[in-house]
Amino acid sequence: MSVVTVPEKTSAATAVRRGARRPRAIVLNLVAVAIGLAGWTLLSSVGVQGLPGPVEVAARAGELTLDGTLLQDVLASLRRVLLGFALGTLLAIPVGFLMGWYGTARGLLEPYVQFFRTIPPLAIIPLAIVLMGIGEVPKVFVIFLAAFLSSVVATFQGVVGVDSTLINAARVLGASDRVIFLKVVVPASTPFILVGMRIGLGSAWGTLVAAELIAAQEGLGFRMQQAQLYYDLSTIFVGLIAIGVLGLVMDRLLLLTERRLTGWQERR
Amino acid sequence: MNNKISFREVVKTYPMKDTTFNALDRVSLDIADREFVTVVGPSGCGKSTLMGMAAGLVQPTAGEVLVDGVPVTGPGPDRGVIFQQYALFPWLTVRKNVEFGLRLAALPAGERRLRAERAIELVGLSDFADALPKTLSGGMKQRCAIARAYAVNPQVLLMDEPFGALDALTRVQLQDQLLHTWSQEQRTVMFITHDVDEAVYLARRVVVMAARPGRVQTVIEVDLPYPRTEEMRLSAEFGQIRNEVWHSVYHQAAPAA
Repeated sequence: MSVVTVPEKTSAATAVRRGARRPRAIVLNLVAVAIGLAGWTLLSSVGVQGLPGPVEVAARAGELTLDGTLLQDVLASLRRVLLGFALGTLLAIPVGFLMGWYGTARGLLEPYVQFFRTIPPLAIIPLAIVLMGIGEVPKVFVIFLAAFLSSVVATFQGVVGVDSTLINAARVLGASDRVIFLKVVVPASTPFILVGMRIGLGSAWGTLVAAELIAAQEGLGFRMQQAQLYYDLSTIFVGLIAIGVLGLVMDRLLLLTERRLTGWQERR
Repeated sequence: MNNKISFREVVKTYPMKDTTFNALDRVSLDIADREFVTVVGPSGCGKSTLMGMAAGLVQPTAGEVLVDGVPVTGPGPDRGVIFQQYALFPWLTVRKNVEFGLRLAALPAGERRLRAERAIELVGLSDFADALPKTLSGGMKQRCAIARAYAVNPQVLLMDEPFGALDALTRVQLQDQLLHTWSQEQRTVMFITHDVDEAVYLARRVVVMAARPGRVQTVIEVDLPYPRTEEMRLSAEFGQIRNEVWHSVYHQAAPAA
C-alpha cells in the first residue's frame, strides 16, 4: 500500500493540534473582548455625548433582569423566532426534496420560490399586518417565510447535487427508488440542509427584531423601540447585546449539530 | 463454451444539435462464462457505455444485451459494478458500505455480518472495518468498493477503469489481488481500461475498440497461462502481445471526422 492513513493516528494528531491551539485562541479572544470594553469605556467617558459605558449598561441589565423584563422579552422573542424557524424548516425540507427529486414539482414550485426569494421578508410586513392584524401571527409568518426561503433553496441544491455515481452504485446493488432516496439522497444532502438551516436561522433572527420594531407589546425589538422614545441608550445596548449573544448561541448549537451529523465529509 | 454476456448489434446514439452522435455502432461481442475480458480503446470509443449497458445503467438505442441469454432491462445484484471513482457512501464505515447490498438482499443479521467480514478480509481491510472512507487512501477505498461488490456474490464483475486513479505500485498489487480472487471464484469479468499493460496482464482476451463511431476494432487472444506472474510481465511473449495491442489501439486509421 502506498499511502496508508491510519485513522487512530489522524484523530490523535488532530486532537493534539486542537489541544495546543485552544488555550491560545481563547486567550486571544479574551484579549480582544477586553480591548473592546476598554475602547468603549474610553469613548463614553471622553468622546460621545450621552453614550453609556459598559458599567452603566451592566447595571441596567441587572435592573432589567431583576424586575423580570429582560427574561420576559427574551422569551417572547425566542418563542417567535423558534416557532417561525421550526415551521419554516419543517416545510422547507420536504418541499426542497420534492423540487430536487421530481422535475414536475420543480417546474411548479421553482418560479414561486425564486420570486419570493428576491423580496426581502421585511417588505412583506405591511401586507402581513393588514391581512393578519398586529398579533403574533404576522410576526411568526414573516419569520417563517425568511427561514423557509433560505432552507428550501439549500435543500433543493443539496438534492440536485447528489453524486450520480453514488446513486448508480446503490442501483447496481439492487436498491429501489425508495431506498435510494432514503439511504443515499437524504444522507448525501444533509450537509446542505444544515447549512440552509444556519442561514435560515440567521435571517429568521434578523427578521424578528424588525418585526418587533413595528408592532409588539413585548420582545427585545419592542423594548428597544420603547427605550428610543425615552432616550434610554442603556436599555438599547442591553437589547443589542442580548440579541447578539442569543444569535451566537443558537448558531453555535446548530454548528455543533452539523459537526456531529456530517463528520463523515472530506474537508479540504 | 456458454456465453455469459452477449452484446447483439448494440447501437447507442445521442442527439446533437443538428445530427446524432454515434457512441456505439452495431457492436457485437460475446463473453464466455468465467472468462476475464479486458476492453481497451481511445477515449470516446464507448467502452464505458458498453459496460454500462451490461450493468443495466445505460439503455441501448438499438440491439440488445443478454446476460445468461436473458435481455438486460436494468441493474441487478447478479452483476457487480466497480467504478473508477470508488463510489463509496462517505457517511458509512467500510463495514456498513460492504453490508449495503446485503441489507437490500434482506439477509439475516448474522449471515450479513459473516459475509461482510469475509469480503473485507478478502481485500485485506479487516483492520479498517470501522473506519470512514475519508480516512482511507485511494487504493484502500477501491478495495472497499471491490469488497462491497464481492459481498453480494455476483456472477459477473463489471469494472470501469477501477485502478485508473491509483499509483503504479498500488495498481499492480490490486491487479494481482484481483487475479488471485478470480482464479479462486471464477466469476466472469469485464474490465475496462486505457492501460495496455493492464489489459494484457489480466485478460484471456483483449477487446480493442475504436472511436467515432465506437466499434470493436479487433479482439486479441492472450496466450499466457494463469496464474500470471511478474516474470511473465517482462517476458518476450508478453511484450509481443503488448505491442500488438498497443499498435491496434494507438495506430488506428484516423477517424473521418
